[in-house]
Amino acid sequence: MDKFTVLDGIVAPLDKPNVDTDAIIPKQFLKSIRRSGFGPNLFDAWRYLDHGEPGQDCEPRPLNPGFVLNQERYSGASILLARENFGCGSSREHAPWALLDYGFKAIIAPSFADIFFNNCFKNGILPIVLESRVVSDLFERVVAEPGYHLMIDLPAQQVITPDRQVYPFEVDAFRKECLVDGLDDIDLTLRHVESIRAYEARRRQEAPWLFQ
Amino acid sequence: MSALTLYDKLWQSHVVRSEKDGTALLYIDRHLVHEVTSPQAFEGLRLAGRKPWRLDANLAVADHNVPTTNRSDGIADPVSRLQIETLDKNCAEFGITEFRMNDVRQGIVHVIGPEQGATLPGMTVVCGDSHTSTHGAFAALAFGIGTSEVEHVLATQCLLTKKSKSMRVNVEGKLHPGVSAKDIALAVIGRIGTAGGTGFALEFAGQAIRTLSMEGRMTLCNMAIEAGARAGMIGVDETTIAYLQNRPFSPRGALLDQAVENWRTLKSDVDARFDQEVSFDASQIRPHVSWGTSPEMVVTIDDCVPDPALEKDLVRRQAMENALVYMGLEANQPVSSIRIDKVFIGSCTNSRIEDLRVAAAVVKGRHVAKNIKQAMVVPGSGLVKRQAETEGLDRIFADAGFEWREPGCSMCLAMNADRLEPGERCASTSNRNFEGRQGAGGRTHLVSPQMAAAAAIAGHFTDLDVFQGNL
Ligand code: SF4
Repeated sequence: MDKFTVLDGIVAPLDKPNVDTDAIIPKQFLKSIRRSGFGPNLFDAWRYLDHGEPGQDCEPRPLNPGFVLNQERYSGASILLARENFGCGSSREHAPWALLDYGFKAIIAPSFADIFFNNCFKNGILPIVLESRVVSDLFERVVAEPGYHLMIDLPAQQVITPDRQVYPFEVDAFRKECLVDGLDDIDLTLRHVESIRAYEARRRQEAPWLFQ
Repeated sequence: MSALTLYDKLWQSHVVRSEKDGTALLYIDRHLVHEVTSPQAFEGLRLAGRKPWRLDANLAVADHNVPTTNRSDGIADPVSRLQIETLDKNCAEFGITEFRMNDVRQGIVHVIGPEQGATLPGMTVVCGDSHTSTHGAFAALAFGIGTSEVEHVLATQCLLTKKSKSMRVNVEGKLHPGVSAKDIALAVIGRIGTAGGTGFALEFAGQAIRTLSMEGRMTLCNMAIEAGARAGMIGVDETTIAYLQNRPFSPRGALLDQAVENWRTLKSDVDARFDQEVSFDASQIRPHVSWGTSPEMVVTIDDCVPDPALEKDLVRRQAMENALVYMGLEANQPVSSIRIDKVFIGSCTNSRIEDLRVAAAVVKGRHVAKNIKQAMVVPGSGLVKRQAETEGLDRIFADAGFEWREPGCSMCLAMNADRLEPGERCASTSNRNFEGRQGAGGRTHLVSPQMAAAAAIAGHFTDLDVFQGNL
């Protein structure tokens, strides 16, 4: 996993509450047995005017000019600004894979769905919760100023605007460490093999029916 | 010792170790695997040269992509076929028990786990699927995980996670006949919203919950995720224990006695404190129908489609307006005037034997309305299907004009060939009405099995009481 420290990037605004994982990456693309290549199908049903299928070349497909990510001013965006309950719905990790493959490394919203939130960290994407009021302000500014960008300083836990306004954010110490150091969760856990074995031995005594 | 909630008990008994910030390494007793969210996890294991930590904790089945029509010709869609073959290959290579497509035990992962006794009280149960909350009906801590976590559980039998807050949903009083667990679920989501349970583990309690069958409890816990909660659970009682007798994976003999003694402790202590409580009066719950594109957009069968003009919050109003456009509905239109094109009885929410029995009771001796293009029943598992056939339910459905299908997820998410065409409107017993969920442009109304059955016969949504009185 890539390390995440400081990110300075263009912000794209997605002004809808309850954006679900089916919208982020429609189900037909879940048939892939790979982990990459989902970027062109991110928000597929909103982004294109036709219906997309897996394996299709997306270059010649008709774009929906009304969809925000199709606007030239947001090209190259690496920060997604979103509304309440972003990422609700299924547990599909294809959603963060698609966001990452497209180029998003951070998402700012007033709230996220739990599983999606968790899946982001596992893939090096930083989901940031800011107050609704602040998020609404940011929406106004992004729309008003083409090329609007934000700086996200994860070690300092701050979102910094171009005019040097600073918004602190919360992040679990452990998750932060994993992101900053680009650590693999499995390697981390396997440092505790002895603890897992000890737990199993004790549990086997207490609840043998769980080990049939 | 202070009083504990069921969630506290389940959590405490599974913590292997904790980090300073409260992140815990949680031991996982049961890992259910399906074809959509596992291929990249197995690939990860292979690349790292790792093996599953504990084979007997895993159980795999293909459900999302499987065809529900005649399976003797295999799977026509090459992409679906590859995904299922990949699961078969991975399970064979790593030595994981799998119910293959033509095994009678095959079915939707959340139906077969409990049916086999693979879900037991006191377990931690995970699966790369958000509706894993279903298994909480057995006083298990059950929640959905992503593919990275699937790999993590395979490799370490543990997960890194933090404890949620606790919320008790009290449902007191008695449900009226014709009102089901599905209606409780929709009523709860309608009240607390799709994000109301975010960050919480829910416990459903109260008289109305105690009187639900295990099937009804699974329906309710299944939909905890639609309220934003990763886990929903219900304490153990005699109903739970009775259900677990003589299941293939359940303990037997002396081991069962020992287990039952432990299981009886798996409920919240009388004076346990929850971070939040909400209460419902079951006698006030009416049959629900969703009208929009989020499971919180629900009304009761006696209501009209709501009017966005009355919504003060601008973001919500916009979402309501968009939903009405997508759904092709008018504000203030009576719900009973909504005519439907298709009916789907199935999914991990409502495809168990009890669901099929109540739906069959409604359609028995009747026929689907002329405007219904397709009505189908997709049993949750091969064993549910067989049981239903033994009871003659398949004949009742077929005589009424329903298709009787092979088990799988089917039109719940339309990854196989079963889907809505653009603009088609469906009365569905599934759990999600998101845009395009049942097929691009398709319009989903979430309802209980009895309401779906009545809608099939009437051709539009209808109050069961009125409906039964009329015929
Ligand atoms: S039936 Fe539907 S909700 Fe349940 S596991 Fe299958 S696709 Fe998911």
